[in-house]
Amino acid sequence: MASATRTARSNNDSAAQPAPKVHMTDQVTTTPVKETAIRFQISSLDFFYGAKQAVFNLNLKIPTNRITALIGPSGCGKSTFLRTLNRMNDLVRHSRFNGEILLDGQDIRKMDVVALRRRVGMVFQRPNPFPKSIYDNVAYGLRVNGYKGRLDDLVEHSLRRAALWDEVKDYLRKSAFALSGGQQQRLCIARALAVDPEVLLLDEPCSALDPVTTAKIEELMFTLRDSCTMAIVTHNMQQAARASDYTAFMLDGKLIEHNETSKLFTTPSDPRTEAYITGRFG
Amino acid sequence: MSTVASTIDQPPSPGTVRSFWSRLSQGDEVAHIVTLIFASAIILITSLLVYQLWINSVPSRHAFGWKFWFSSTWDPVSDDFGALPFIYGTIVTSAIALIIALPLGLAAAIFLSELAPRKISDVISFLIDLLAAVPSVIYGLLGIFIVVPLMRTMIGPTLKHTLGFLPFFRGPNYGVGMLTAGIVLTIMVVPFIISISREVLLTVPREQREAALGLGATRWEATWKVVVPWARAGVMGSVFLALARALGETMAVTMVIGNDPKISASIFAPGYTIAAVIANEFTEATGKVYLSALIELGLVLFLITFILNGLARLLIIATERGGGRGA
Amino acid sequence: MNLRIIWRKSLNIFMLALTGVAALGVVAVLFLILGYLVWNGGKSLNWAFFTQLPKPVGETGGGMANAIIGSLKLLFLAAAIGLPIGLLAGVYLAEFGGRTYGFIVRYVTDLLNGVPSIVMGIFAYSLVVIPMKHFSTLAGGVALGIMVIPITLRSTEEFLRSVPGSLREGAMALGTSKWRTIATVVLPAARAGIITGMLLALARVAGETAPLLFTAFGNQFWSPGWNQPTASLPVMVYTYAIAPYDDWHRQAWAAGLVLLGLVLLANIGTRLVVSRGGGGRSV
Repeated sequence: MASATRTARSNNDSAAQPAPKVHMTDQVTTTPVKETAIRFQISSLDFFYGAKQAVFNLNLKIPTNRITALIGPSGCGKSTFLRTLNRMNDLVRHSRFNGEILLDGQDIRKMDVVALRRRVGMVFQRPNPFPKSIYDNVAYGLRVNGYKGRLDDLVEHSLRRAALWDEVKDYLRKSAFALSGGQQQRLCIARALAVDPEVLLLDEPCSALDPVTTAKIEELMFTLRDSCTMAIVTHNMQQAARASDYTAFMLDGKLIEHNETSKLFTTPSDPRTEAYITGRFG
Repeated sequence: MSTVASTIDQPPSPGTVRSFWSRLSQGDEVAHIVTLIFASAIILITSLLVYQLWINSVPSRHAFGWKFWFSSTWDPVSDDFGALPFIYGTIVTSAIALIIALPLGLAAAIFLSELAPRKISDVISFLIDLLAAVPSVIYGLLGIFIVVPLMRTMIGPTLKHTLGFLPFFRGPNYGVGMLTAGIVLTIMVVPFIISISREVLLTVPREQREAALGLGATRWEATWKVVVPWARAGVMGSVFLALARALGETMAVTMVIGNDPKISASIFAPGYTIAAVIANEFTEATGKVYLSALIELGLVLFLITFILNGLARLLIIATERGGGRGA
Repeated sequence: MNLRIIWRKSLNIFMLALTGVAALGVVAVLFLILGYLVWNGGKSLNWAFFTQLPKPVGETGGGMANAIIGSLKLLFLAAAIGLPIGLLAGVYLAEFGGRTYGFIVRYVTDLLNGVPSIVMGIFAYSLVVIPMKHFSTLAGGVALGIMVIPITLRSTEEFLRSVPGSLREGAMALGTSKWRTIATVVLPAARAGIITGMLLALARVAGETAPLLFTAFGNQFWSPGWNQPTASLPVMVYTYAIAPYDDWHRQAWAAGLVLLGLVLLANIGTRLVVSRGGGGRSV
C-alpha cells in the first residue's frame, strides 16, 4: 500500500495567494488549493435523492495528507457530499449523482465499490462498534479483506494510531460496549485505520462526545495527518478553525467558499461565509 | 515477511491484498438469489397445498356439488355425505367458546393493561402466554378426566336446574358433548384474546384516559366508555383470531365432543366438528368419494380460517394505525 | 353524597375487582393444568416409561420409549426441513426483499401459519403418504417441518430488522460486501433472538398431534429408519387417553407430563434468554 510514499511527501504549501474573486450568487468553480498532490478531485457533482437535488454543481479538490473541513448549516448537503466519496449513498434507495469524482485519477463509479471503501474509510457520528470484543472489532476489516500477516501486530498498530492502545491493551477480549463513548469512537477510528485507508472521512465524529474527548480526537487527527488524507464534516466552527488545513463552506447544496482554513476564517471572501462564521445564521 | 513487529511504529506490510473469499463480491448476487429461492419456496409450498386440497376433493365435489353443504347425511356405506352436522358442531362449539372467552378475556386484558402495575402485568401476561403454548392434546386429556366428569356431576345438573326450560339445556347429559367441547375451547382461545387485547389497549393514547378522568369519570367508566371503544377494532381482531383458532382445533375437541354426526338443539348432546371428523375417519375412509369428502371438508376449513385470519389482521392494523376514529 | 355517585363508585370497585378475578382465574387454570399433570403423571413416571416398549392390551406396565424416540426423530426432520427455509427466507425479507415481493412472501407466510394443523396433515398425506403408499416418519416430519417455517421466518426477520443500521454501515464502510456483512455482523448480532424463535417453533410442533394421525400414524414397536410409521408422544397421549383401560390412562398422564414439561421448559428457557440477552453483549 502507499503508506510509505505518503509519509515521504513533502509539504507543498503554496505561498499566500489572493483568493479568487467570486460573485455573490455564484459558487466556487475554481479552488485555491495549490498543492500538487490531490487525493480527490470532484467536478460538477450533482447529487439527487430521487427527484430532490441535494448537491449542485460542486467542484472541489481534496489535497493529499491534509485535513479538509466541511462546514455549513444543517441540511446544506455536507454529509451527503461526504458520503458520496465512499459511495455510502449507494445504500439509499433512488439516490444518484452526475459529475465526476476521481480518486487518484480513477473514477470511483467505475471502481469496485468494496475496493473503494477499503481505500476510503469512514467514521460515523455516533460510535457504532460491533457487538464483538475490542480485538475483533479492529481485526474485522483485516479478516474480511483477507490480510495476511500477524493480526495481533496489526491490531496493536491500529490501536496505537488511534491513541487507544494504552487504555485497552489489557482488555482486548472485553466487549467493545464496555468502553466509554469517547473510547468507542476511538475504537471505531482504529477499526477504520486497520485496513490502512488512504482517505478517512469523518462525519461529525465528535458531536456525541464531550470536549475533553473531542480534544483527544483532534489531537489524534493531527498525528494521522501525514499518512492519511482526511475530510471532516463538522458543525463546530472552532473545531474546523483549529483542526483543519482547508475549509469548505457549503450552503443549500452549493459550495460557497473553499480556502486555506486560516484565510477563510480571518478574511472570508463571500459575505455568506462571513455571516455563517460570525454566527449570524446556521 | 519483512520487518518483524519489534518496531510497531512502522506500518506493517499487509501482505497479499485479497484472498479468494473477498474476491467473492459477486457473492452478493449469489446470496440474493439463494435467499430469494428459499423465500419463494414458501409461496410454492402454500400454492401446492391449496392445489392438493382442490384436486383431491374433486370426486366429492362432483358427486355432491353444493348440496354437500346442506345435507345432514353421513353414510359411508352408501357413499352419501353431507357436511351440515359438522358445520353445525363447529359453529356451536366455537360460539360457546367465544361467548365465554370474550368477556373473560377482555376483562383480564383490561386488568392487565389498566390496573395492574407494569411488572405484575408482564409476569401474568407471560404466564397466560404459556397457556397458549400448551399442546391441544393435553387440553383434551384434562377435558376427558376433569371437565367431562364435572359436566356430568355438577355443571350439567346446575344448568338444567336453572335454565332447563330453554331448548339448549334439555336432553340427556352424559358429560361429553358440545358444551363440554365449548368449555375446553374457551380455555384454549382465551390467551389469544387476552394477549392481543392487552397489547391493543396499551396503545390507546394516555390522553384519552386522562380526558375522561379529568371530566370526573371513575376508572371503570373511563376504561369501559373511552379506552375500550377506542381499541374496539383491535379487540374484534383478537376475536377473529381466536375464532380461527377455535375452528381449527382438533384434538381437544374430538376427545370430549362425543363424535356423533347429529344435529341437536341441546348443547349437552354429542356432536361433531369438521376437524374432529377428519381426524377420526381419515384413516378409515374407504373409497375415493369418502376420502375426498373429508378432504373437501379440509378445504373449507382452510378457506374459512384464511378469511378470518385476513380480517383479523386488518382489524388489528386498523387499531394500531388510527385508533377509535370512525371504527 | 348523592346516590348516583355512590352507585358509580361501587360499580367501579366491583367491575375492577371482577377484572382482577378474571385475570387471576385464567392464570389459576395454568397452575391447575400443571398441578393435575404433576399429580397424576408424576406417579406413573418411572424408569420403565422411558425405556420400555408399550405392552399389548390387557397387560399392565410397559413404557413409551418408542414414542419418545419417534418424537425426537420427527423433531429432527421438522428442524432439518423447516429451519433452513425459515431462516434464509427471513434473511431475504429483512435484507434483500423488494417491497411488493416481500409483502407477498410475508402475506403467504401468515397464511401458512394460519392453516389448521389437521389440514397440514392432509397436505403431507397427499404429498408423501400417497406416493409412498404407506405411513412414515418422513411424512410426519414433512407436516411438522412446514409448520416450523412461518414461526422461524417471523422471528428471524424481526430480529434481523432490530439490528441497528449503524452496524451495517460500519461494516460496509470498511469495504465488506453485503453478504459478508450479513453473515459476520448482522446475523451474529441477532443470534439470540433467532435461536429463540427456532426453539419456540420446535416446541410448538413437538406437541402437535393432528398432523401425525395420518402421516406418521403410530407404531407399537420401534420404527427403524424414516420409512416406517412411528409412535410419537402426543399421539400416544391421545390413543391412551381415549382407551378404556385404566393402566393406559395412567400412562397417558405420564406422557402428557413429559410432553408439557418439555414444551414449557423450552418456552420459559428461551423467554429468559431473550430478555437477558440482546444488544450490548459480546457476540
